[in-house]
Amino acid sequence: MDAIINWYNDLMSNEIWFYLIHTLLKLVLMFAVILAFVVLSVWIERRVAGWIQDRPGPNRAGLPLFLLERFGSKEKQPLKNWLHFFGIPETCWIAKLCTWLRLDREIPCWGLIQPCLDGGKLFLKQETTPSYVRKFYFILAPMLVLGPPLVAAAVVPFASEVNTCYGNISMCVANLDIGPLWIFAISGLSVYGLTLAGWSSNSKFPFLGGLRATAQLISYEVSMGLSIIPLLMMFGTLNLQQIVQFQADNGWTLLPLWGEGLGWQRWAMMLPLGISFIIFVTCVFAEANRTPFDMAECETDLVAGYHAEYSSMKFASFFMGEYAAMVIGSAVVVTLFLGGWSIGFGADAALAAYSEWLAVLCQFCMFVVKLLAFIFFFVWVRWTLPRFRWDQVMKLGWLYFLEITVANIFLAAAIMYFIK
Amino acid sequence: MDYLKNDADDRGELVTLNVGPSHPATHGVLRLKLVIDGEEIVSCDPVIGYLHRGMEKIAENCHYNQFVTYTDRMDYLAPMSNNIAYACAVEKLLGWELPERGQAIRVLCCELSRISSCFLGTGVYAMDTGAMTAFLYAFEEKERVHNLYEQICGARFTSSYTRIGGMTRDLPKGIEKQILDFCDSALRTVDEMEKLLLHNKIFIDRLVGVGVITKEMALQNGMTGNNLRASGVNRDLRKTNPYLGYEKYEFDVPVAEEGDCYARFQVRMEEIRQSVRIIRQVIATMPGGPIWVQLDKGILPRKADAMQGIEELIRQFMVTTECVNAPAGQVYFAAENPKGELGFFLDSQGGGIANRLKMRSPSYCTLSILPELLPGHLVSDVGAILGSFDFVQGECDR
Repeated sequence: MDAIINWYNDLMSNEIWFYLIHTLLKLVLMFAVILAFVVLSVWIERRVAGWIQDRPGPNRAGLPLFLLERFGSKEKQPLKNWLHFFGIPETCWIAKLCTWLRLDREIPCWGLIQPCLDGGKLFLKQETTPSYVRKFYFILAPMLVLGPPLVAAAVVPFASEVNTCYGNISMCVANLDIGPLWIFAISGLSVYGLTLAGWSSNSKFPFLGGLRATAQLISYEVSMGLSIIPLLMMFGTLNLQQIVQFQADNGWTLLPLWGEGLGWQRWAMMLPLGISFIIFVTCVFAEANRTPFDMAECETDLVAGYHAEYSSMKFASFFMGEYAAMVIGSAVVVTLFLGGWSIGFGADAALAAYSEWLAVLCQFCMFVVKLLAFIFFFVWVRWTLPRFRWDQVMKLGWLYFLEITVANIFLAAAIMYFIK
Repeated sequence: MDYLKNDADDRGELVTLNVGPSHPATHGVLRLKLVIDGEEIVSCDPVIGYLHRGMEKIAENCHYNQFVTYTDRMDYLAPMSNNIAYACAVEKLLGWELPERGQAIRVLCCELSRISSCFLGTGVYAMDTGAMTAFLYAFEEKERVHNLYEQICGARFTSSYTRIGGMTRDLPKGIEKQILDFCDSALRTVDEMEKLLLHNKIFIDRLVGVGVITKEMALQNGMTGNNLRASGVNRDLRKTNPYLGYEKYEFDVPVAEEGDCYARFQVRMEEIRQSVRIIRQVIATMPGGPIWVQLDKGILPRKADAMQGIEELIRQFMVTTECVNAPAGQVYFAAENPKGELGFFLDSQGGGIANRLKMRSPSYCTLSILPELLPGHLVSDVGAILGSFDFVQGECDR
């Protein structure tokens, strides 16, 4: 036993091994969380859509009990046996309620199983690759769509730091000093997936979809990058972990109510920051290719757009890529504007003084709550607004957003220079 | 690989894009052969006939009452209106006039189906521009109409409610209250949809100035109904040639001057309000009495009578096998249907079977404007423009 502990101590004391191990752990955690969120956001989307549209949405799919039998359970009717165990007669209202809740057939999960089952269905479906496609790029495209959002997630901090006896652990996979730039650079890559999918399908509707996606993503990338410059001027850093730390100390970007955030300058800065927020969120919508900006796949004129020729798991990759982009987009908005993991009102420092691990746990929960709230906002917008027309999207991007963001930078600079 | 060939332009500047016959924007089986330059449409060639069932020929092979069921399948979004228009056409040939209650019930059914059709038209239109939620709100109201249909005629969709000289059955007891309740909820939904869409910047940008049909274009292509009225022509057969006692009811004919997609949407929403107005008046003034033409020949006797008396039994036998004995002659009757003017031209050489039945379907005329209208628009506008026409392929192809 001592040998194992000694070996562990030696290993963790070695800086390289310590770094490798905690990074790997965070990596696994991050991917698990993101992929779980992709599945969860599909469920959220469908339930919220149902809520908005006066219908239930997927609320039935549960874990069927025959799975227990499949895994070796001898019990044929678990509910009956349980009722028998507690001595409840089958005509009793409790038994009837249980039957009404379908407890005799499944373990209910409010439909949470639905996206998993859908995924399984897509996985088992026949894969058809049309004969006229360019095979290599056709197969490459879905990977290029799903990959970038997951890689971009690496720099998003999900909690503050912890000092262990072996060293300092910063709760994000890669604590880069170029956080936002990394995200823009990587998530911009996903346009290649859409373009390649549209082009390699060798079919007209996907081709138009691919072209639209390219034009749209490029034009929104510019204003997206420019729109956060006022923030970066205020933060004075590009490191996302430090950006969130700044917000924890000085008030969230859009809620400067504590710390140093109460000064005149911060209140005056609310104007450029508000403009930044609106433009950045719109650009995130455009980047994630969701209504009102889903030009690339708008079903009423392009049928399914760039993924019209895809089936089975390749289609699912596009589908998951879109939701992953949505989750990452929400995470970035939350990090930059809504305080990331910070709990706010000085609670972070107080908690950290009590117990760092507890602080990290609370911060992670806070981050998840904020993320869910923003995903809800994403979904809400999608099911409320009609879709833009393609040329209007271009016009909005190049003629309005670009000018406004550039003017916004000067406005922010003026405020920072003149108002102290 | 033939369909991949680009036969529009040798140098490859233009692309032929085949929209349909199975495409979400075409609402049925319309096919558009578009030639596009980038995203801009250069020419459009609509191909129709994928839903052709030879209805006009069928009409020559079955007697008047038997053909009623086929009219359900024409404008399948407003089957009641078709039934009634057809029955009225044959009654015009026969020179029959329905008793007051029969007429009132027919007006009621016509307006119910107009509401249902306009709701579907506006809802699907909203979906075409990407607003999925408004579609489901509208569909819920349409579903309520179908529930009423079910009580009135026994079928939710293919109503086949009319017979020559009357209706299959009288209104069930207590339906009036349900219809009035429905009227309230319909108005509420119209308001909701207006709030959701009509003042929405995206929606306005999508539709204002898109698919502009001038008065002259509309008249030249024989457009009728809402689409014509959105172009500034105040023509409603219920006002100009009143039938079924429409002159007794007060209602306005919504007219817009712009002739673009937005105007068509507005007119259709207003149409629902006016229909509700008519329905409320009909129910307030619903007369009593028979629903069938009071004649000794040509109409079915009461079932109980047919079981008792020999005369009635013979009459029932004659009506079901040979239908009415129409005089020789030609007659044209047009009704203001939700989609426009639905006309039936009947050529009779006597007896219970038409020698020739020609239908003038509004959707057919509406679609004929596409080659003139679509060039110059973007591919994205195809959905919006087609949606704004609110056409039905079942009626266009017959």
